[in-house]
Amino acid sequence: MEIKKYGSEKMSKNEGVIYRISGPVVTATGIEARMYEVVRVGNEKLMGEVIEIHGDQSVIQVYEDTSGIRPGEPVLSTGQTLSVQLGPGLLTQIYDGIQRPLQTLEEVMGVFITRGVDADGLDLEKKWDFVATASKGDDVLGGQVIGTVQETDTITHKIMVPPKASGKIKSIKSGDFNVTETVCTLEDGTEIKMMQEWPVRHPRPFSQKYAPDTPLVTGMRILDFLFPLAKGGAAGIPGPFGSGKTVTQQSLAKYSDAQLVVYIGCGERGNEMTEVLDEFPHLIDPNTGKPLMNRTVMIANTSNMPVAAREASVYTGITIAEYFRDQGYDVALMADSTSRWAEAMREISSRLEEMPGEEGYPAYLSSRLAEFYERAGRVETLNGEDGSVTVIGAVSPPGGDISEPVSQGTLRIVKVFWGLDAGLARQRHFPAINWLSSYSLYPQSLNQWFRDNIASDFPEVRTQISALLKVEAELQEIVQLVGSDALPMDQQLTLEVARMIREYFLQQNGFDPIDAYSGVQQQYAMAQAILTFQEEAKKAMAAGARLQDVVNVQSRTELMRARFAEGYLDKIGGLVEAMVAEIAATAEAN
Amino acid sequence: MTSKEYKTITDIKGPLVFLEKTEPVAYGEIVSIRLSDGSEKNGQVLDTSDDMVVVQVFEGTEAIDRKAGVKFLGDVFKLPVSKGLIGRILDGAGRPRDGGPEIIADENADIIGAAINPYSRQSPHDFIQTGVSAIDCCTTLVRGQKLPIFSASGLPHNDIALQIARQAKLRDSDEEFIVVFCAMGITAEEYNFFRSDLERTGALENAALFVNLADDPAVERLITPRLALTAAEYLAFEHDYHVLVIYTDMTNYCDSLRQIGAAREEVPGRRGYPGYMYTDLAMLYERAGIVKGKKGSITQFPILTMPGDDITHPIPDLSGYITEGQIVISRELHQAGIYPPINVLPSLSRLMGSCIGEKTTRDDHKKVSDQMYAAYAQGRELRGLVAIVGEDALNERDLQLLKFADIFEDKFLRQDRDEDRTIDETLNLCWELMTNIDTKYLVRLDQELIEKYHPEEKKA
Ligand SMILES: Nc1ncnc2c1ncn2[C@@H]1O[C@H](COP(=O)(O)OP(=O)(O)OP(=O)(O)O)[C@@H](O)[C@H]1O
Ligand SMILES: [Mg+2]
Repeated sequence: MEIKKYGSEKMSKNEGVIYRISGPVVTATGIEARMYEVVRVGNEKLMGEVIEIHGDQSVIQVYEDTSGIRPGEPVLSTGQTLSVQLGPGLLTQIYDGIQRPLQTLEEVMGVFITRGVDADGLDLEKKWDFVATASKGDDVLGGQVIGTVQETDTITHKIMVPPKASGKIKSIKSGDFNVTETVCTLEDGTEIKMMQEWPVRHPRPFSQKYAPDTPLVTGMRILDFLFPLAKGGAAGIPGPFGSGKTVTQQSLAKYSDAQLVVYIGCGERGNEMTEVLDEFPHLIDPNTGKPLMNRTVMIANTSNMPVAAREASVYTGITIAEYFRDQGYDVALMADSTSRWAEAMREISSRLEEMPGEEGYPAYLSSRLAEFYERAGRVETLNGEDGSVTVIGAVSPPGGDISEPVSQGTLRIVKVFWGLDAGLARQRHFPAINWLSSYSLYPQSLNQWFRDNIASDFPEVRTQISALLKVEAELQEIVQLVGSDALPMDQQLTLEVARMIREYFLQQNGFDPIDAYSGVQQQYAMAQAILTFQEEAKKAMAAGARLQDVVNVQSRTELMRARFAEGYLDKIGGLVEAMVAEIAATAEAN
Repeated sequence: MTSKEYKTITDIKGPLVFLEKTEPVAYGEIVSIRLSDGSEKNGQVLDTSDDMVVVQVFEGTEAIDRKAGVKFLGDVFKLPVSKGLIGRILDGAGRPRDGGPEIIADENADIIGAAINPYSRQSPHDFIQTGVSAIDCCTTLVRGQKLPIFSASGLPHNDIALQIARQAKLRDSDEEFIVVFCAMGITAEEYNFFRSDLERTGALENAALFVNLADDPAVERLITPRLALTAAEYLAFEHDYHVLVIYTDMTNYCDSLRQIGAAREEVPGRRGYPGYMYTDLAMLYERAGIVKGKKGSITQFPILTMPGDDITHPIPDLSGYITEGQIVISRELHQAGIYPPINVLPSLSRLMGSCIGEKTTRDDHKKVSDQMYAAYAQGRELRGLVAIVGEDALNERDLQLLKFADIFEDKFLRQDRDEDRTIDETLNLCWELMTNIDTKYLVRLDQELIEKYHPEEKKA
């Protein structure tokens, strides 16, 4: 196959031979490669990356299956590091871990992924309507926007001067261009095209990092209300198998108010990616009213695809996320699952016979995790705009026990921990996020936003709700010993209120066409409804009502059920009023 | 290709043979080793370099000495495939075991198998009726799914697997499954049980069997499931068959994997299993599904026995992380004399949502399943409470739920080994059993459904 992507221009014509092959790790002699340089391995020119150098030997991780390759076959260095192609055409795509479009692979290879095929990340032929926004004579710096392309109906792709270039514009023209044609020339002769390449293992530059102050609204009540994540923040979702990591991640990809989503299926199931592909084009983004696919880029390197490409997949994803951040967008990146990424590192590391750290993971595991999550953030872009990358990483701890290295390494860095709980999943309490062990360190910095945009007492209401849940946990311990009837009435009421929080507020079926998304305004109204119930029940019981009657009022059931129908926010007020009246009546009846 | 014979073995260790001074040998290449008594063994290259080649010997290294002759056969492991596989019994390395002739190949397929492009997959959505109520109602199986049975030694997982194999069908369709059965290290007795059952029902003529028994070489088990899946892929995607792959016991497979890892002195992961076991298992389990433009499908039913009944053991744990749910067999239910002893609470079918409902099963399926599940879960929890505080402390609702848990196990779970319930029968049974609970406590059902199906509240 001809080498297209890692082009001939910079090829250093440096050729060596294979000395050893052990699974995805190949050792070559006779090339003078640099670390992380892309090389071509064997007669089939499989793509690989230099990950270690010992004297004359270069150790290479290969992104494709190495069966059938022999010592003595050639190895070619390319002079380039592992990079992605950035420009119009990224959106709606689904790539493998090294940015080969899966659709192109299907066209070339059929339904099974074979090897030795290169494919460009971007369509190099397609013409885009470039609208220049800078003019001849303008002084431009790296990262500055010089024009736009309407890539999908929701996303305007901004064309930027590559980060390292700058100068005075000699010429610039609007019109139809493909991504490799020059749209702008600088005085010093630099030609700017719509496509840039960027090495995936290097964070893209920005002017400065800001402290996050805006929540990433997810539409999931337990997340937004109790454990909010900031735009530009990082969250970890650990949980055993079947507890809801993927459903949560997919919910976030669907409903969160990020402008762009990069979804990385890293070492997980093929069918889950198919599901996203089937569903997203038909789902409407609640924030824009347009198909979700228009704001989505997917990376799918499933569990049975080569591990080295799995290792690369998170870098490919986050580089694409940063590129859109640099255009001033709020980007959310989901990585499902970071544990599979860590395992890929472990597999490669053990082939290198490196000294293992904890549980066989390489000693650099925690620093790699930290470097990855550090690429999240809210920044001032080189163009002076505000942009952010929010990272949400699923973690799959063996046996569900988070004392293991990947969970611990993640928790040391992220500020939000959404802990999934097998027990809750088994009770079909979804999302199975444990409200006692989960936490967010952002409320302080986000409270102002909630006060300004939702309600002035939002943080206080949140505190009341979480306090009720804590009290419930303590009471439950007593109930386990003596049964609930033995508790005093006011505590029995507390249990009922807490049950209402769990069943009405925290539970939210990710597949319910309506309840799967709940706006923050509605979340607040629901929390208030619960507190109103508590207050009115107390009053009625003080006036002689029986707890049982108060709890069983029909209007409360209606209030709770109505959330499954359209337009709930508008109805809540009336439903609460009806409930208040009916509860008051229970006291009179006695 | 080189068919030169080398006599350069330096070391022999566990299932591995090390040799030096060869011409360039390919990674994954198949090896034939001739022993001094003239017998032959087969193996595969695990590591190759100019100085040293490491060969994994499938039949074990017993009786190999440094004088043995080693030939490299120039190719990776391939299975001759054709429709002639149907009705045949092969050994764990793909050689006839039924006294029949060699398989005449239409093609030779690489047994490692290439990954299905996720873009080329099609989401499974066809409901498979297994006739087993617990599965059909609560953990519904979908054609193209990989749904393992998590069992433990001494439990009737084989009966359940066979019952499913016998009864599985699409509703209102006579499209049949063909079975690819793969035995890894099971006893001759277990194997005979499978075989005679398949023979009795006539399914054997429509099955392909790959058999590695407990006294067959342990390392061979690493290729047996790959042969079975290669056959399955060929039959499904070249000949439009709907293939049901049953493989048992994954625990033996994983133990062989551990053995190789130990012999190579790899850094072990949890409980001594190799760190790459997740990836290795995924290379098997992910060979299930449906792909665009092909009529056939592969549905997988792997069976594994959980060491020490421990679901957090690496074998069930890593499997659960890859498969699309699991059916968990319970020792407690088995000891209580219930067949099939399926514990629905930790069981799950992740694809269930895509295949149940008005168009495929029945409009009440989802809600009935949720309600049965919830009532049973609460009833079981109450058993624990009753053990401490006694039944007197329970209110009316709790008493009903407590009794329901027993009814659920006795009437819903329990069925005969050849009892084949249609989905309608199963759902009607659910309604009948739920009459033991006041409708006001059946909060997961809505009024509309109650009026339509509840035996006592039904509006004629
Ligand atoms: N929010 C939710 N609403 C409804 N159902 C849910 C929700 N979360 C999880 N589930 C149920 O739990 C099942 C498993 O969830 P999911 O696939 O997200 O688990 P996971 O944590 O990603 O597991 P694995 O680690 O094996 O990938 C789903 O198929 C669904 O039935
Ligand atoms: Mg998942």
